[in-house]
Amino acid sequence: MSDIEREALLLSLQVASAAVLLALPAALALAWALARARFAGKALLEVIVNLPLVLPPVVIGYALLVTFGRQGPLGRWLHDSLGIQFVFTFRGAVLAAAVMALPLMVRAIRQALEAVDAGLEAAARTLGASRARVFASITLPLMAPGLLSGAVLGFAASLGEFGATITFVSNVPGQTQTLPLAIYSALQQPGGDTAAARLVLWSMLLALAALGLAQWCHRHVQRWLGQIA
Amino acid sequence: MIDLDVQIERPQLSVQAQLTLPAHGVTAVIGRSGAGKSTLLHAVAGLLKPSRGRITLAGRTLFDADQRIDVPPHRRGFGVVFQEGRLFPHLSVRGNLLYGARLSGHTSGPDFDDVVQLLGIEALLARRPHTLSGGERQRVAIGRALLCRPRALLMDEPLASLDPARRHELLGYLAELPRHFQLPLLYVTHQIDEVLRLADQVVVMSEGRTVAAGPALSVLSDLSLQPLVGRFEAGSVLAGRVVEHLSDWQLTQVEVAGQRLTVPQLDAPNGASVRLRIRARDVALQREVLPTSAMNQLAGTVTRVLDRDGPYSAVELALDAQAAGATLWALVTRRSVHTLGLAPGQPVVASFKAVAVEGRAAAQFTSAEEA
Repeated sequence: MSDIEREALLLSLQVASAAVLLALPAALALAWALARARFAGKALLEVIVNLPLVLPPVVIGYALLVTFGRQGPLGRWLHDSLGIQFVFTFRGAVLAAAVMALPLMVRAIRQALEAVDAGLEAAARTLGASRARVFASITLPLMAPGLLSGAVLGFAASLGEFGATITFVSNVPGQTQTLPLAIYSALQQPGGDTAAARLVLWSMLLALAALGLAQWCHRHVQRWLGQIA
Repeated sequence: MIDLDVQIERPQLSVQAQLTLPAHGVTAVIGRSGAGKSTLLHAVAGLLKPSRGRITLAGRTLFDADQRIDVPPHRRGFGVVFQEGRLFPHLSVRGNLLYGARLSGHTSGPDFDDVVQLLGIEALLARRPHTLSGGERQRVAIGRALLCRPRALLMDEPLASLDPARRHELLGYLAELPRHFQLPLLYVTHQIDEVLRLADQVVVMSEGRTVAAGPALSVLSDLSLQPLVGRFEAGSVLAGRVVEHLSDWQLTQVEVAGQRLTVPQLDAPNGASVRLRIRARDVALQREVLPTSAMNQLAGTVTRVLDRDGPYSAVELALDAQAAGATLWALVTRRSVHTLGLAPGQPVVASFKAVAVEGRAAAQFTSAEEA
């Protein structure tokens, strides 16, 4: 494994993991709002959450650049007051991956939430549990398979994310150059075919390992829930 | 103890209920399906919000639409058992049993070992709900409700999803609980044997309204209510006491209102209180005691004559003017009413065969209903 390969592989893992961690609480809150809450503008929220699925990734990357770039309103404030910069940084790559993964995660988690038997939650209420406790002790464990699926989907989407990342944070080795971006760079260079093929191989191995791990976790969670004997 | 006067609006049903439940004993809510029984129970538990009215438990206001009081379900202090058990699939039986116990603020209440032993679920503690049978699941659900240290129990057709053998077995456990733990129980059902076995008071609901309430024997024996109850075939419930067993004949003699009845052998010791159910259409009326193969001839006085559908009349007899559970109904033809000249105040003799007495429900009844 060459240094460039190791760097891109590790960076992909780090970006995808951080993106999932960042998006998971947001996805859970959004799934809850869409599945359980009643409020004005719910339809609008649903559309906004799903935008990254329907828009070209380049557009999302551009929107992020406009918002979080040094000239963007939020980006300037974050940079000037907190010293946080997104463009050209690892942080920005994570943000781009998280935004792109969010709709898939919301979808999976929302389905799991809607499948939780409200009767069990009602039973827990009568046994003395407050709403918050019912959520933590009944709802959350019962939707664990869905949370897991959401996380796996988000992780996979983050590993493959390209368009929004390259538009928003460019292609900086060690900062934003994940496996897909490294493959792209290799293909741009004359005689880079072999390097690209090796990176492709690493991508496939990584994806297979992630999927295998996810299935193993899923079986365990389901067995724990008594959903399979 | 529970006092309520509420209106609940549901998509298919508007429930208007007014009730006062005693501080102890079992109150059965009966009625046809769709009469609003479950809706009422859910409102008491706090899982449904009435549109108006009030609910109090032992003087504490749980709901009051005018004062905008709505105590959330987890602070109401009811142990609830649902038809489907609703055990938490990700917790073991022990985890399920302790779920409410951990949250309960009360320090006194049923003891874990006591409940587990009484329900016979010691061997199940480490198991997961999906490995249990239907009957086992309901026993765990009952234990879980008891262990949250409730002030009262609410049960919504807890035996409805079980096969007859399991129902019968669980009925035995249920009969013990309210007295063992000194807890009032509100019990929704439409099974006559559950009512006969368990209930001290009966509330009848029809089309969303509470139409009658009172001691079990008098409500169950009130034939005018029976069209509202459905399923139960018109009949009477008599309270009696086992006098002696005629083992050679597999018969039991029971004293009812100072008179002696012979019924198929009951599984109850001498002196035990029992309830006997006799269908109105099995009872014949005559002016005086006659020699007949019908073993039971009871003297009484006509108190009511009601015209029923078709050629029939329902005649209500008082076997003993003072005692509860001494009302007998006979379904006879209007012609017989005319021929015998039956009218309120008229002394008559009612006769029925021993085989007409429902022994099963009566045999299982162990509680003392000595009104």
